[in-house]
Amino acid sequence: MSPKARLIQGNRACAEGAIAAGVRFFAGYPITPSTEIAEIMSEELPKLSGKFIQMEDEIASMSCIIGASLTGKKVLTASSGPGISLKQEAIGYACMTETPCVIVNVQRLGPSTGGPTSSAQGDIMQARWGTHGDHPIIALCPSSVYECFTLTITAVNFAEKYRTPVYVMLDEIVGHMREKVVLPDADEIEVIDRKRPTCPPEEYKPYQIGESLIPAMADYGTGYKWHVTGLFHDETGFPSGNPQVIDAQFKRLMAKFKKYEDEILLWEETETKDAEILLVAYGSTARSALEAVNILRTEGIKAGLFRPITIWPFPEKVLKTLAGKVKKIIVPEMNYGQLFLEVERVCKDKTQVSGLFKVDSLPIAPDEITAKVREVL
Amino acid sequence: MSSLPLDINYKYCKACGICYDLCPKKAVSGDDQGKIVLRNPQLCVKCGICESHCPDYVIFLRR
Amino acid sequence: MRPELQKLFRMEKLPHIWCPGCGHGIITRAIGEAIAESDINLDKTVIVSGIGCSSRAPGYMNFDTLHTLHGRALAFATGVKLANPELNVFVITGDGDATAIGGNHFIHAARRNIDLNVILFNNNIYGMTGGQYSPLTPTGKMASTSPYGNPENNFDIPALAIAAGASYVARGTAFHDKLLIECIKEGIKNKGFSLIEAMSMCPTSYGRRNKMGNAADMLNDLKRIAVNINVAKKLPPEKLEGKFLIGKLHHKPYPEFTQEYDKLILKLQKGAE
Repeated sequence: MSPKARLIQGNRACAEGAIAAGVRFFAGYPITPSTEIAEIMSEELPKLSGKFIQMEDEIASMSCIIGASLTGKKVLTASSGPGISLKQEAIGYACMTETPCVIVNVQRLGPSTGGPTSSAQGDIMQARWGTHGDHPIIALCPSSVYECFTLTITAVNFAEKYRTPVYVMLDEIVGHMREKVVLPDADEIEVIDRKRPTCPPEEYKPYQIGESLIPAMADYGTGYKWHVTGLFHDETGFPSGNPQVIDAQFKRLMAKFKKYEDEILLWEETETKDAEILLVAYGSTARSALEAVNILRTEGIKAGLFRPITIWPFPEKVLKTLAGKVKKIIVPEMNYGQLFLEVERVCKDKTQVSGLFKVDSLPIAPDEITAKVREVL
Repeated sequence: MSSLPLDINYKYCKACGICYDLCPKKAVSGDDQGKIVLRNPQLCVKCGICESHCPDYVIFLRR
Repeated sequence: MRPELQKLFRMEKLPHIWCPGCGHGIITRAIGEAIAESDINLDKTVIVSGIGCSSRAPGYMNFDTLHTLHGRALAFATGVKLANPELNVFVITGDGDATAIGGNHFIHAARRNIDLNVILFNNNIYGMTGGQYSPLTPTGKMASTSPYGNPENNFDIPALAIAAGASYVARGTAFHDKLLIECIKEGIKNKGFSLIEAMSMCPTSYGRRNKMGNAADMLNDLKRIAVNINVAKKLPPEKLEGKFLIGKLHHKPYPEFTQEYDKLILKLQKGAE
């Protein structure tokens, strides 16, 4: 065993990934099954001159990290189910004000208190549409402990680079699972910082519609004296009710993700080259799906796996191309068909799409997937 | 340079009437729209109550 | 407005959105005066607000300003202050914002004794939504949602803040602007959670419904009802009935949250050496 090899939990990998990416501020509230992330941050951050605070509730935690982000810090919060529901208003504020922040959702069985220690993937549509109003969002979905580390780094980098909230969508299995990992050294990790203004304060426009579509962001306390509001605002940051201003800012907000789609969209393909049956799975379910592909291949069934890593925005172009080459697509999910809706929308003109949905607190086992494949064949 | 005791930014005045109701000497009063008018500048004792209680920052007391 | 004060305001954003006779403009100016008379770095000053009439004030003030969500100003401000303790952080909030939807954040920010200067504009009503009763609307008063008189009891906000752990608590009014400025200045000096309740008036949504006359009448009511705490000490209790106290109500410094956290960081780093 390598000297650097460790046996750690997904939640720990997530916390360590955040720290490796430069997160130095965490606000949270205790909730199963994400609490370990807060516990680790409370221990590690002050050693690095970072700050941890346990807020009075989830709404406050989300609000608190947005405030901290405006001072220039990289920020994180983590929660689950009911906590993520409570954070939604402030997540919308971060979308509207384009404030970098990362939200880890260790998904548990819902709705309501549901099953705090049970795994689920029921928050996929919440991640997309949880806060009111149209808004772009990025959500990344790790399947392993190692990926909890790397994708949290990616999430922090995306948040900083694109000035947006980013979700890291663990599920209880991935969060609590322990795996052997050899984490990369700091010098092997790419860390991205937000763009800060270089112009004099009087020329600063915090929501300028420039070529990059991502305006520079001044740290509070550096003399730029800018205004941040959740109201629709013009490029100076001050409220505006002018339909043309609203339209232009909304379009920039939506277009900025489209412009960088090639960087934002991440996925993994296994055995897709000659696949006739394509499984589309993410998170812990992708682990069972991968095993199912292996079993099916030994039986001579040409199965393959498409694993979206970026689930929002959805990597639809690449999936559409794949859909044109396969006979059937099956989407196993620990919900009643949430990402299935997206897969069906994208692929239904190309091939037949069916779902394997399970919401009973148990994971989807490989043999359940193989059985489904044999059923549709 | 004006010798009047008050500078008045008339266009910001919302005609609330606080200034002339509080003025102890009735140096300011309301015009036909209820907006501030410095009708009797010679009565002004520069107490500043109108300036500090104008919610709309209309009045500047020359000190 | 005097030129020295104009530098602290975004003069180009005026006139402000508040109704004729609204007390909020008077209080906002008092905050500006208090900052102008205090020795603080204007580039390192952040003003945070929630949602409502009062929370529009920071938009007119020339600092880093943060207009947040309804009730959440203190939670955002906690993030700003903890992330960068060298910033001077002010919070402008209203009676509904701070004590109804933001009530939880209010008591917990006070409990932490985090160094925030909170100015609570109390006009006894939700003004922006058209005059609904708030937790600071006195019992029996009329509001659009209490058409038969407010059936609920109101908070005593200074008492709540003191009980929750605020280290400086004071009250001023839109009439007693000079006292209000002094209170805000003392709050700035206090290293810890400072609450200044600023009694405002809303002629449009509160005064009109409760037949309180015009803006000047409401200001004169504040003058009549308020009793300075130093005067009140010498008065018999019956003379204080129906009155409220103004001035410094409580000042008991004790360790401040972000300073204590910085001490923890130092201790951990020394331990690691």
